[in-house]
Amino acid sequence: MYFFAFLERFALLLIAVAVASHSALAVDITGAGATFPYPIYAKWADAYKQKTGIGLNYQSIGSGGGIKQIVSKTVDFGASDAPLKLEQLEKDSLVQFPMVMGGVVLVVNIDGVAPGQIKLTPKLLADIYLGKISKWNDPQIASANGGLKLPDQAITVVHRSDGSGTTFIFTNYLAKVSPEWKDKVGNAPSVSWPAPSSSGGKGNEGVASFVQRIKGAVGYVEYAYAKQNKMTYTLLQNRDGNFVSPNDKSFQAAAASADWKNAPGFYEILTDEPGKNSWPITGATFILMHKIQADPAKAKEVLKFFEWAYKDGDAMALQLDYIPMPDDVVTLVQSAWKSQIKDSSGKSIW
Amino acid sequence: MSASIAFMDLYSRRLWINRFNLAVSLLTMLIGLFWLGWILLTLFEAGFRTLGPALFFTMTPPPGASGGLSNAIAGSLIMAAMGTLIGTPIGMMAGIYLAEFGSRGWLAPVTRFINDILLSAPSIVVGLFVYEVYVIHTRHFSAWAGTMALALIVIPVVIRTTENMLRLVPDSLREAAAALGAPQWKVITLVTVRAAKAGILTGILLAVARISGETAPLLFTALNNQFWSLDMNQPMANLPVVIFQFAMSPYENWQHLAWAGALIITLGVLVLNILARVFFRNKSPTY
Amino acid sequence: MSSVADTMDGLSRSDAGISPVSKTIPDANLRSQHRLDLLFRLATRFFAFLVLLLLAGIIVSLVAGSLPALRAFGPGFLTSAQWNPVTEQFGALVPIAGTLLTSFIALLIGIPVSFGIALFLTELSPIWMRRPLGTAIELLAAIPSIIYGMWGLFVFAPAFAQLQPWLTATLGAIPLAGMLFQGPPMGIGVLTAGIILAIMVIPFIAAVMRDVFEVVPSVLKESAYALGSTTWEVVWNVVLPYTRVGVVGGVMLGLGRALGETMAVTFVIGNAHKLNASLMMPGNSIASALANEFTEAVGDLYSSALIELGLILFLITFVVLALSKMLLLRLGRMEGQKT
Repeated sequence: MYFFAFLERFALLLIAVAVASHSALAVDITGAGATFPYPIYAKWADAYKQKTGIGLNYQSIGSGGGIKQIVSKTVDFGASDAPLKLEQLEKDSLVQFPMVMGGVVLVVNIDGVAPGQIKLTPKLLADIYLGKISKWNDPQIASANGGLKLPDQAITVVHRSDGSGTTFIFTNYLAKVSPEWKDKVGNAPSVSWPAPSSSGGKGNEGVASFVQRIKGAVGYVEYAYAKQNKMTYTLLQNRDGNFVSPNDKSFQAAAASADWKNAPGFYEILTDEPGKNSWPITGATFILMHKIQADPAKAKEVLKFFEWAYKDGDAMALQLDYIPMPDDVVTLVQSAWKSQIKDSSGKSIW
Repeated sequence: MSASIAFMDLYSRRLWINRFNLAVSLLTMLIGLFWLGWILLTLFEAGFRTLGPALFFTMTPPPGASGGLSNAIAGSLIMAAMGTLIGTPIGMMAGIYLAEFGSRGWLAPVTRFINDILLSAPSIVVGLFVYEVYVIHTRHFSAWAGTMALALIVIPVVIRTTENMLRLVPDSLREAAAALGAPQWKVITLVTVRAAKAGILTGILLAVARISGETAPLLFTALNNQFWSLDMNQPMANLPVVIFQFAMSPYENWQHLAWAGALIITLGVLVLNILARVFFRNKSPTY
Repeated sequence: MSSVADTMDGLSRSDAGISPVSKTIPDANLRSQHRLDLLFRLATRFFAFLVLLLLAGIIVSLVAGSLPALRAFGPGFLTSAQWNPVTEQFGALVPIAGTLLTSFIALLIGIPVSFGIALFLTELSPIWMRRPLGTAIELLAAIPSIIYGMWGLFVFAPAFAQLQPWLTATLGAIPLAGMLFQGPPMGIGVLTAGIILAIMVIPFIAAVMRDVFEVVPSVLKESAYALGSTTWEVVWNVVLPYTRVGVVGGVMLGLGRALGETMAVTFVIGNAHKLNASLMMPGNSIASALANEFTEAVGDLYSSALIELGLILFLITFVVLALSKMLLLRLGRMEGQKT
């Protein structure tokens, strides 16, 4: 009975595993979406679990995935790097609020150029990514960089191959500073890259490694990436005409000048913000929740977590190179919770 | 005279062709081993220093903190085991049908055909299917959904190898058993399947190897879990997704864990391979 | 259905010899065995049907998902090289070309190497080494595809970039075919993806080839040896024809993996939606386009276009399968016997 013994063993194992699987603790809150804030949400969740015993399981499946999941109600909250417009929020009956901010940084690989040495203007950046400037010793780059000696080397443009919030923020900036970019390419989590020399890396990791490998490459990555890998970042000219260096201070400066109060549905993208020290490519990442909650107790737990993260999570965020939301924005967000998130009988949850 | 020279020429030519081809065969073996060695070396180099008890007994940490992969290892073991346990019998039975009863009717050729097509389905498609039919309706990600996706990947591989291996069993074996008066189900289960055992096992192992590293189908089904959970109705941690997320992160402790996880999966499948061979070791059937 | 043997499909040759024997079995026992036979057959039939249903379900859900894109782009989807998520203009030419090219390169390298390995394992290797060596090759299949991707990106691609100028200088100098090997030495691209895929399909093809080579009846091989055949001649003229169906099955298994492989390709192919004559330039494949973009695809048309890509992958497999079936039939006919 060799064959049946075989089947029997299979069946027994199946039952054993099925039984064993039932005696376990449940994870309380599930969220999914954007990859950019995944590390900080994981860190907050860990600290919150140690403090309260309530687990929050956040998974990075991409902003598009996060939006799809919250609309189909498979998660308690969704997360997206690209904010939804007010009409879309209304259509799916969603509430949106910003959770944490970060910066996108340009990195290069040019012989003899050290971090922070090379300066780029918005026009130069757009022309490079449009493929109109194809050599590093182009006179236009030289004139912005006074004494810096740049080699006669072809520029290879590196971008994200996967759809990503980082690309959304980056192309949003290019569309704001270059009408040509806006017409020809546009602003989206993934676009059709016009430069003939462009190649795509998967994730920040992929972009970073292509830039490090290919001589003459330029790419954009999240700040934490450039910092941890000690990559050659560039200075960028902001709206006020100053060349700024990407760091916590310049991101915070950009965040401070944002006008959240007059942004319906918190639709605000922090690119090309005014301010003397503002880094021009900054962005917030957003949380999405349903306006009408079928399980008010659970929704309350989710909001409690976010309240705690706003209040006690700042140091952890800074440690991982994220920028916490300013207190006045938090107040705005919490009043939005109060006025918009309700249980099925219309009673406010928060 | 000339005929004998031609004969000698032909003979030595045949010998040389033989020698040359056998040398090439040895070379290809070395090429295969070379890749394996290179990849394993990379894995050990990058993952070995993180290998330790903490890796197996602590949960996935936030960036910058110390921790291990215990929840992911447990989740992967459970889902891969369940996926194989569900997929293998289904695949074997269907494979038996195709090989032993499939010469008449429309069912066998159609099933065989669709199965062959599904062999090349990008695994993300399988994940999407389970997402549509299961996750959307139950309104939550769960380890069961992940298990289903993995089982759906196991099935085509097992069907194909089962059928192939059964077809290679010489008819004389079946005839001999039947001549002794054995009913057909006994012929198949006791003689044919047994004779093809090694090959079918290879197929199952290939399937296990394949699902143990699958990232895409789990992302939309089991999701992943930062914490320890054995509840099959909740999102469950699993190594491939953890490896993927950690490897793509800028934080060093996460990257180390990713490589260690990669090393664990590879060693795990290796051990499984060896165990299965030892466990099922029989004198190989001779005809 | 009066005798045991009658129920055995494909064993018609043995009918005459067996029916008298079965008459000697007591009737009651015969009946119960007969019932069990029927039950067993129905059970296997049920599972075959179940599988058919499940797998057909996958295809149906794909077709349903790609309807919007089918309606919007029609057959032009296949021939357009455009891929613009912003204007929602999509065409599948680049990923189709990438998938076919990388899989072709993988098989071009993988089949001969696998055959060599299987030959070595079944005919040349000392008996005691067969098991460890076979397991070693199977271990290549045990490495998760994401590891192939990471290894490919961080270890293989930089090493390959060193080799590329030499390839350009030698192979690139061949007229016509030379243009396949032009371009800057980036280490990534269609060729790199093809090579990594080859490493990944080798264990699949080699393991199946070895298994089918092993079950060739010794009588066949020994007869050939007795006629003075060399080892090579035995393998090429006896073993290979005998195991033809199994070998093609193994190759299909490998091809299946190559066509649908996602993570490993994604890391090294360069993911550019551009057509390039050179294999050293970045390209894209269907599976990697799906993996890269699906989670972030927001618009309905965008998701639908990606799902249609998945459907096209099935179509490609369909064509490849049909071709391989025809090849088998042809091989059978050439030997004067149909399989």
